[in-house]
Amino acid sequence: MINKYSHLKELENEAIFIIRQGYTNFRNCALLFSGGKDSTVLLHLAFKAFYPAKIPFPLLHIDTGHNFPETIEFRDNVIKKYNCECIVRYVEDTIKQGKAKEENGFDASRNILQSITLLDAIREFGFDCIFGGGRRDEEKARAKERFFSYRNNKGQWLPEKQRPEVWYLFNTLIKEDEHFRVFPLNNWTELDIWLYIYLENIEIPSIYFSHKRKVFKRNDTWLAYAPFIKLRPTEKVVTKTVRCRTVGDITCTGLILSRASSLEDIIVEIASSRITERGNRYDDKRSDTSMEDRKRNGYF
Amino acid sequence: MATSKSMKNKNLSLKEITNSYLKMSLLRFCVVGSVDDGKSTLIGRLLYDTKSILIDQLKSVKNASIIKGNKEINLAFFTDGLKLEREKGITIDVAYRYFYTPFRKFIIADTPGHFEFTRNMVTGSSLCNLVIILIDATKGITEQTRRHAFIASLMQIPHLVVCINKIDLVNYDKKIYYDIVEQFMTFSSKLNISDIHFIPISAKYGDNVVKRSKNTKWYDGPTLLWLLNNIYIRSDYNYIDARFAVQFTISNKLTLNSSYGIAGKVLSGVFRNNDKIITLPKNEKARIIAIHSANKELNETFYYENVILYVDVPLNVSCGDIIVKENNLPEVNDKISAMFCWLSEVPSNNQEYLLIHISKKVECKITDILYKIDVNTLKRYNNDNVITINEIGRFNLQLNESIYYDSFRKNKHTGSFILVCPFTHETVAAGMIV
Repeated sequence: MINKYSHLKELENEAIFIIRQGYTNFRNCALLFSGGKDSTVLLHLAFKAFYPAKIPFPLLHIDTGHNFPETIEFRDNVIKKYNCECIVRYVEDTIKQGKAKEENGFDASRNILQSITLLDAIREFGFDCIFGGGRRDEEKARAKERFFSYRNNKGQWLPEKQRPEVWYLFNTLIKEDEHFRVFPLNNWTELDIWLYIYLENIEIPSIYFSHKRKVFKRNDTWLAYAPFIKLRPTEKVVTKTVRCRTVGDITCTGLILSRASSLEDIIVEIASSRITERGNRYDDKRSDTSMEDRKRNGYF
Repeated sequence: MATSKSMKNKNLSLKEITNSYLKMSLLRFCVVGSVDDGKSTLIGRLLYDTKSILIDQLKSVKNASIIKGNKEINLAFFTDGLKLEREKGITIDVAYRYFYTPFRKFIIADTPGHFEFTRNMVTGSSLCNLVIILIDATKGITEQTRRHAFIASLMQIPHLVVCINKIDLVNYDKKIYYDIVEQFMTFSSKLNISDIHFIPISAKYGDNVVKRSKNTKWYDGPTLLWLLNNIYIRSDYNYIDARFAVQFTISNKLTLNSSYGIAGKVLSGVFRNNDKIITLPKNEKARIIAIHSANKELNETFYYENVILYVDVPLNVSCGDIIVKENNLPEVNDKISAMFCWLSEVPSNNQEYLLIHISKKVECKITDILYKIDVNTLKRYNNDNVITINEIGRFNLQLNESIYYDSFRKNKHTGSFILVCPFTHETVAAGMIV
């Protein structure tokens, strides 16, 4: 039972408020769902925001084709459980259409290409409001993110065009082809997310719990092995007991060696952890400003 | 009693963690200071001493410190800006930082002190419980200090903590500290601030930030973190005037037996079962028969909760309407007078603006600029009929339809608004209804 005045209760209410404000201020919303813990919490909050009605907008999943199979299975179960619609768009199709070029080499990843597929989907359905599970504590470019984040007609995040958010008053006016990304979980930290999952008994993908997996080490990060991954001659595939701390494209999601097999274990692990959540995201390791660069090109 | 012990200790049991994390309250604060007063260092110090900075962040800051020629870790690097900001010479108004103690979760609104300062502080502090004003002990009170205190008072921030920083550079001198305190009190007596605290600190060496300093034995007050942990914040919110902002209605097919559901947010006050309510602007009356938060039934709901009120008769309400109680009505008018802070590079003119108040959008015009305030001297003046960026003052607005509101002093959420340019969609001003 969450204490009436606790910070989690306040964060929960803030998130529900932002979701409801997004819904009442825009014509055509969607919730970007990756199957990770943050978008799963967001979905749960959207469910609470509209209960007893159904969530009045679809989920949007951008499938890189390089998924953990567990995530896709989880996604399909969740859609049934919350009785919601889910639109899936594939990075593979974007590549086939010649709009994106597959990266080559050892560090090839479809993580950056996702943005193109996402922007295409936004145009295809005419979405003007996309809810996302981004949080300000994840990364320094996200620390400056708004609840209602303006994107221009090319889908770009321009920091100088962001509108001041004073009190809880939001300026959500847009012109044709512009849209907003909306982040109800902005003020949540990683630990807040886990405590909330624990308290609300929210189901999450099994890859967050420790399991045995074929992995290899690259730049001090354990990465999951999949048949399409090119290994350097020095890299060896071994079996380890690991779990994910974040879930994304399999090519860049670092795994941590962990025996945390229950939510209780995970909370204890996170509360005493000395490494940040994205500390072993391979996509953030490309350069000091890689998140910022991706955001400017339409990434979440 | 709160201590400076961190949550990030090894081997906490789940019970210990949930016992403390699930009872924590949330405190939002911002830190303001002139350039070089040590704002970034203070935020870095708070994060570092509460063990909120993790190994990988520490490593990258250590590297950056060495590259820039520092022998020790430069705490200010923890709050470094973005590449784009450096390239374009701009600063985004607010960055947010988070940390915990066993008693509270803290949200720091980190507002840059140099560019567009007034605008940034108005934005960053709007939801804060507390503002920390930094004064450099070697310089004393400056124009900036006066400006910070004035804005904190204008924004009705409930608590003010004045940190006299770099006390190490004045040899921890008691007299210098008390002279600054005295000057500040004289000046701030003209402002509307109810709760002020003063602390001598050194953000660089950590004196009185998280750990009590041995160098200031003459100071018997609390450390900054003790204050942040213990300051009483529940009276910061209005639990008196019941105001409920309607978001949407629930389809009749889904509601409880012969009841009508309205989703919305409690802006202030408390609503209970059986309360008689009235909707505005349509003046329809009803009685609350149930209050639900998702699938949970509540007996009462209070400020900040987003719930569904089930009532006994059908009400014709929609987003933008508000619900109140019969014995406590807000004011209503199509002419309002308000304090403003101009946020836009584009000066004011005769055009129509869109006023966003609660969830309502109403067209309006600025009819009179009554005065502006020189934030350094607090003197009123009126130079011309145009308002430019960072100016603060008072104006009158003529609205195209009436709104229901309270004065900002009484109620932040029903007494505040923003003005938006309907052509460029830029947010041009923040307003506080007098």
